[in-house]
Amino acid sequence: MARFFAKRILQAVPLLFGIATLTFFIIHLAPGDPMDMYLEPRMQRQMDPEVIELIRQKYGLDQPVHVQYVKWLGNLAQGDLGESFRHRRPVASLIAERVPYTLQLAILALLFDALVGIALGIFSAVKQYSLVDKGVTVGSLVIYSVPGFWLALMLVIVFSVNLGWFPTSQTRSLDYEFLSLAGKIGDRLWHLVLPVFVLGVAQAAGTARYMRNRLLEVLSEEYVVAARARGLRERTVILKHALRNAMIPILTIYGMSLPFLLGGAVLIEKVFAWPGLGLLGVEAVGGRDYPVIMATMMMGAVLVILGNLMADVTYAIVDPRISLDGKKRTA
Amino acid sequence: MARNARRKRPVRSANPGANPPAGTGGAASAVQAAAPDPALRPFALVPGLAHLMLGRRRRGFHLLFFTLFLLLVVVVRWRAFTDGFSSPALDEWIATRFILTALAACVLFSFLDVHRLTSEQLDAAAAIAKGKSPFRVAIRRFGENKLAVAALYLIVLFYLVAILAPLLAPYDPAAIENPTETQYLGPSLQHLFGTDEFGRDLFSRAVFGARVSLAVGLLAVLVAVTFGTVFGSLAGYFGGVLDNVLMRIVDVIIAIPTFFLLLTLVGVFEANLLALVLILGFTSWTGTARFIRGEILSLKEREFIEAARAIGLPHRLVIFRHLIPNALAPVLVSAALMVGGMIGAEAGLSFLGIGIRPPTPSWGNMMSGGQDALLTYWWIALFPGLLLSSTILAFNLLADGLRDALDPKTLMRRYV
Repeated sequence: MARFFAKRILQAVPLLFGIATLTFFIIHLAPGDPMDMYLEPRMQRQMDPEVIELIRQKYGLDQPVHVQYVKWLGNLAQGDLGESFRHRRPVASLIAERVPYTLQLAILALLFDALVGIALGIFSAVKQYSLVDKGVTVGSLVIYSVPGFWLALMLVIVFSVNLGWFPTSQTRSLDYEFLSLAGKIGDRLWHLVLPVFVLGVAQAAGTARYMRNRLLEVLSEEYVVAARARGLRERTVILKHALRNAMIPILTIYGMSLPFLLGGAVLIEKVFAWPGLGLLGVEAVGGRDYPVIMATMMMGAVLVILGNLMADVTYAIVDPRISLDGKKRTA
Repeated sequence: MARNARRKRPVRSANPGANPPAGTGGAASAVQAAAPDPALRPFALVPGLAHLMLGRRRRGFHLLFFTLFLLLVVVVRWRAFTDGFSSPALDEWIATRFILTALAACVLFSFLDVHRLTSEQLDAAAAIAKGKSPFRVAIRRFGENKLAVAALYLIVLFYLVAILAPLLAPYDPAAIENPTETQYLGPSLQHLFGTDEFGRDLFSRAVFGARVSLAVGLLAVLVAVTFGTVFGSLAGYFGGVLDNVLMRIVDVIIAIPTFFLLLTLVGVFEANLLALVLILGFTSWTGTARFIRGEILSLKEREFIEAARAIGLPHRLVIFRHLIPNALAPVLVSAALMVGGMIGAEAGLSFLGIGIRPPTPSWGNMMSGGQDALLTYWWIALFPGLLLSSTILAFNLLADGLRDALDPKTLMRRYV
């Protein structure tokens, strides 16, 4: 297990290096003065050109690009992501503050996806061609096609503005500080309902479709026929014999869906004013806050790599034919 | 539609030599039937009429309805049409000339096709061979998928609307007059989709917005698929170090959440329409590249590639003539899926206010106004979102239909 992790982390290093390089060159290819990366253009215009020249030297901007690149990588390796223009504080602390909010959304959405998507998939495969099956098939395709941010807007209009069931935005109510502990938890969950639903439902639609097809495939396998022939209850056949095998590729799908989940979260966070990584990125792009833009992109990539690693580990746990150490396991 | 497709076979067999019952395929006996009456030819000047008289109902109805649609636009929007004709603006020039060209093309095609149908003496073997080319089989199978065909019609309709936007929009999409009186009007007969905070007619904006969304979607996919195909086939064909380097690049790009990458690029480069297309294209070619590489890896071991190499074809020809065409069908499916994704991404970026910038309307930036206004005046976001969703849905259904129609595993089973 330890060896597997070490190997995977070592594999992630060149990947992160590549992402850092890409990020650096995207920003340096940007039109305009690289000085803009360190000091807001608006500030520069009001400053003495000599002072600007001094700052240029201080940050090494008078040096050739490759020197700057190496320096930047060095800082990055030490965890120094620079300082945000807008917030006037280290980017790292800013990110650390925002990531938990995005993780809350993403993890709960994945949970929703797993519960609802897989359940609907099983149901619609077992009752193939029934009304429910047709509903799931058509419904999932429609949900899959609806842009998440628009669905969010519509749900807010219906359930928050008109019915008043849920809050329109933010992570907590104004009177949050005065609530009891249970009240606080309830308040946070109450604010999570709509964003998690919107984020999770599109995922669940994809999962349900995939799960249905996989299970139908597995149900025609010989070992399922054998299990039935042995007189096992249909429930046992499906839940114990078919499902476990149908589930395996779903885990890979989860690992791969993480970039989309995080991407979708950007728009959802914007609609719900949810102070996560995505909203930070959107604000940074709006305010040309280069260090933050670079950091959110890096951070998004780190989350994706971690997600893939976790998918691989679960994969190995669920499927006994795969071993983490690369050694062949004997049955 | 699908009913037509099924009915087509018996109808066709009334024509010279087409489609005797399957199974007798190999019979080389050239059945020569009498050509239908050439006297029908003048009727072809009304597009589709002669086809209907000949019993070619599907083609006839298509020609007839398309012509009627164009004529309807001209008649109902006569003022806009004549104004547009003399207008110096490119939009109007394209829209009016498109109508004229399309009408002329309908008449010409109708006439030539009827001429061919009434004179040609196809022999049975040739007709069968033609009817069973993989391409024809795929088209026929696509036609049997009702939903996919309906989706295709919707997509064509939306593209027509986009091209003819200046003729179809009842108001100037950017005109701001008297906003205090006309702002935030709900949907009515005057303003089908209502008006926004500047009193602009949202229906007109949606009609013009179709151009941005549809053009961006299609062009970006073109960029992505072309680049991904070339990239992937180079990696797969040459292998070795090149493959390793190219695929590591793909790994890096895949690891970055696409929307974050988009956000960064669009934000940093302050994208206009063309840049947006390029950025969308260059952030989403990785899937195609990986897929094509895999296909090429397995294809290049096959005998026909070995033969192509053995007769001394240069790499360029082996790749573009023999490898890529054989790997392309599934790419077409994923391209149709990608169009929906691109349209959604463009809408998302524009919604954030960094994609297509106002005053140019796009379905995304119509929803980018203040959050309070969006939540209070429901119609502002409702209609563009419905159009957006139905377009994306249509492309997804189209992809489904293409997948079933092009699947080589089942392609030949039912028809040959």
